[in-house]
Amino acid sequence: MGTKTLRPTIPCFLFGCADLCDRARVPFTTRASKKSLRSMKGLCLTLEPATVMEADVHKMSVPLENGSLAPVDRLRSERSDSPTPGLVEGTEPGAGQDSAMFVHAQSFEDLTAEGEQGQEQEEVQEEEEGESERAPEFGELGDSEETQEPEGKEEQEQEERENEKEEEDQSGSGRAKEEDVNSEAWRRHRKHVFVLSEAGKPIYSRYGTEEALSSTMGVMMALVSFVEAEKNIIRSIHADGYKVVFLRKSPLVLVGVSRCRQSERELTRELLYIYYQIISLLTLTQLNHIFQHKQNYDLRRLLAGSEHLTDNLLRLLDRDPGLLLSAVTCLPLASSSRDVISSSLQAAKAKSLVFSILLAGSRLVTLVRKKDQFLHHMDLHLLFNLVGSSSSFREGEGWTPICLPKFNMAGFFHAHISYLEPASELCLILVSTDREDFFNLSDCKRRFLERLRRRSSYQALQEAVQAPSYPVSQVGIPELRHFVYKSKSSGLYTSPEIPVPYKCEEEEERLMDLYQYLHSRMHHPTRPLRSIYHCAEKENLLAYVTSGFELYLCFSPLGTKALAVSAVNKLLKWIRKEEDRLFILNPQTY
Amino acid sequence: MSEVRVRGRAETGLKFHGETRALRVKMVLLGSSGVGKSSLALRFSKDEFKASAPTVGCAYLTQVVCLHDATLRFEIWDTAGQEKYHSVTPLYYRGAHAALVVYDITKRESFIRAQLWLKELEKQYIPGETEVVLVGNKMDLPDDREVSLQEGRSLAERGGLLFMETSAKSGEQMNELLLTIGSNPEHKIRIMQLLERNRV
Ligand SMILES: Nc1nc2c(ncn2[C@@H]2O[C@H](COP(=O)(O)OP(=O)(O)OP(=O)(O)O)[C@@H](O)[C@H]2O)c(=O)[nH]1
Ligand SMILES: [Mg+2]
Repeated sequence: MGTKTLRPTIPCFLFGCADLCDRARVPFTTRASKKSLRSMKGLCLTLEPATVMEADVHKMSVPLENGSLAPVDRLRSERSDSPTPGLVEGTEPGAGQDSAMFVHAQSFEDLTAEGEQGQEQEEVQEEEEGESERAPEFGELGDSEETQEPEGKEEQEQEERENEKEEEDQSGSGRAKEEDVNSEAWRRHRKHVFVLSEAGKPIYSRYGTEEALSSTMGVMMALVSFVEAEKNIIRSIHADGYKVVFLRKSPLVLVGVSRCRQSERELTRELLYIYYQIISLLTLTQLNHIFQHKQNYDLRRLLAGSEHLTDNLLRLLDRDPGLLLSAVTCLPLASSSRDVISSSLQAAKAKSLVFSILLAGSRLVTLVRKKDQFLHHMDLHLLFNLVGSSSSFREGEGWTPICLPKFNMAGFFHAHISYLEPASELCLILVSTDREDFFNLSDCKRRFLERLRRRSSYQALQEAVQAPSYPVSQVGIPELRHFVYKSKSSGLYTSPEIPVPYKCEEEEERLMDLYQYLHSRMHHPTRPLRSIYHCAEKENLLAYVTSGFELYLCFSPLGTKALAVSAVNKLLKWIRKEEDRLFILNPQTY
Repeated sequence: MSEVRVRGRAETGLKFHGETRALRVKMVLLGSSGVGKSSLALRFSKDEFKASAPTVGCAYLTQVVCLHDATLRFEIWDTAGQEKYHSVTPLYYRGAHAALVVYDITKRESFIRAQLWLKELEKQYIPGETEVVLVGNKMDLPDDREVSLQEGRSLAERGGLLFMETSAKSGEQMNELLLTIGSNPEHKIRIMQLLERNRV
């Protein structure tokens, strides 16, 4: 894409900035702004001319098949029994039998494209993906790459992580809000996220209070407007090992500041998640309405009490492979039991019901949807985040308006949320279109439970929830420590328990960092890869992407590349054998 | 006082046409975030107190209370105090038999909000339909008190409402609150008459 690099001279820059702040009616204290600007010395701006963008949008607006978001149904008979299944989408292990549960927009590019291009829908990229479809033999040269971790780099990162950890421990379990924003500790956080209004008013900051940061945010908004005045859009600033990424989603502006190895694109996608989190509470309609009436509105009033949702979502983005891969993981369960549960849930329907979702913690047990309606995994992650970070659903039955932004940014659904038993991890979410339908939905839950309790599957379900997930040793590859496998057509992924060397929080996060790094390499905007073999300090990793699946493997340092390559086939066979248990192959509709 | 017995949900079988009359009482809890609505609801339904997170949207709980001559089935709508959920709250107070407007005696701000809630309710309810109770919660924190007992009481008197200070934490005055709603001598007859119309 036509990006160009500008190196503005600092004095002129300073002038432009202050000037803009005045225009945008931003409180602009010279002390703070000078400090903020000083740290931008030697910065390098990546700009994207607006005209290029428009052209791109035009080129890519290819309408989807039948003009719907529905995925193409695939028949069981098409499933491949070849020794290396899954080179073609829909035949990979874990692909659903009839139709997928999710909107068919699960490639990473779909999401980032939206972040970059504004409201161009997910349909766009699907076409692209289809075109590039080919089934390369694994190990084929060309798009693959081998890398070696530069000495010392990891150590340094490790140290940084530990520092961060210490700080978090000190600040206790609550939000580290009271932090001094001028302190070294504040600066040292690996990833900052700021949300502000177009008037430059602070809305959210991951660390430190918004008040203390209001001048910093003023500068950020000034930067955005300064560049826009020239009909450009600011995307990112790279300086001094930091990436500053901007996402403009009127009436909000989101800014991420990171020292991680993640790409600009991944950071943008994370900001997009935060944006959707806010929309899910308010709807875009309401948000627009508010700011049209009062440009200077302090949105924190409406978001009060929900900051922890955003905090938690940011934690998930750092840790949960599901958010990285745009996929959801399932509770491992015998398919016979899962089918009984799904059909019990399907039988407990109501007119206004759109989705019935049964969760075990953050794992999906089953999802029943209205015919022709698809849930986007992003919306599902937002629901997971809501349920996971609000203990309030434990008392009684919850009933709350919620917007599922990928489904419809304009309106609210109403969700009935309750746990099957007081101390259970099993949570039922019934998503309805009618805000007055509480009692009907409450009755659906009662009927579902009644039906379920009569069957032995309930017992099996409860045992599965109690049991640990599966150890990687079940696969039978001694050097394999961990893996993450995603079936693209079902949008589901599977992963074994975190093994001993990664059991502690820091190590687990380090492993996730490595996966994230590989992910961003594989999905590089200009030079995407099909496979990559990466020797890190304490492990060797292999990532492999086909049009059917996406796979990340972690081996002990004793493993070799040849071994890693042969492990892929072995693992795929194992997943194929276990797919009934690990995936949802028979999604139901009402 | 001993005529009120609060029983757990599981052991209570509702007798619909027996000698005991089962009456539905729809009760709604209103007030700012953090005043202790969910804590009051929990104390009421399970006689427990524990750390609670802000309510999302609304929580629905039921509780059966036996009076000497009637069984009341309380259907409690515990609403969220957060401003973003205000647009949906009218759903819950519409048709309520009892509305508890709660404030935190240690936060004047919440007392001011309670007055706004009362105004809001006035617009909606038909006099005689809804029994409104003003509740000053967290009376176990006298050192932090910002709203005096007298202030609360006179606000209630002006509006002709019932008034009570409570503590969901210590359980103080909780039974009294219940009695106020269920069998305050002045109001009991009136409530019973109202409930009569809603016989299950
Ligand atoms: N000391 C004391 N603390 C209380 C009392 N009641 C509630 N709290 C505390 O006040 C905080 C808020 O209580 P909640 O019951 O969640 O408040 P709420 O009104 O339901 O808040 P929203 O759901 O956000 O509207 C919690 O930390 C409770 O532990 C009380 O009687 N005394
Ligand atoms: Mg509450």
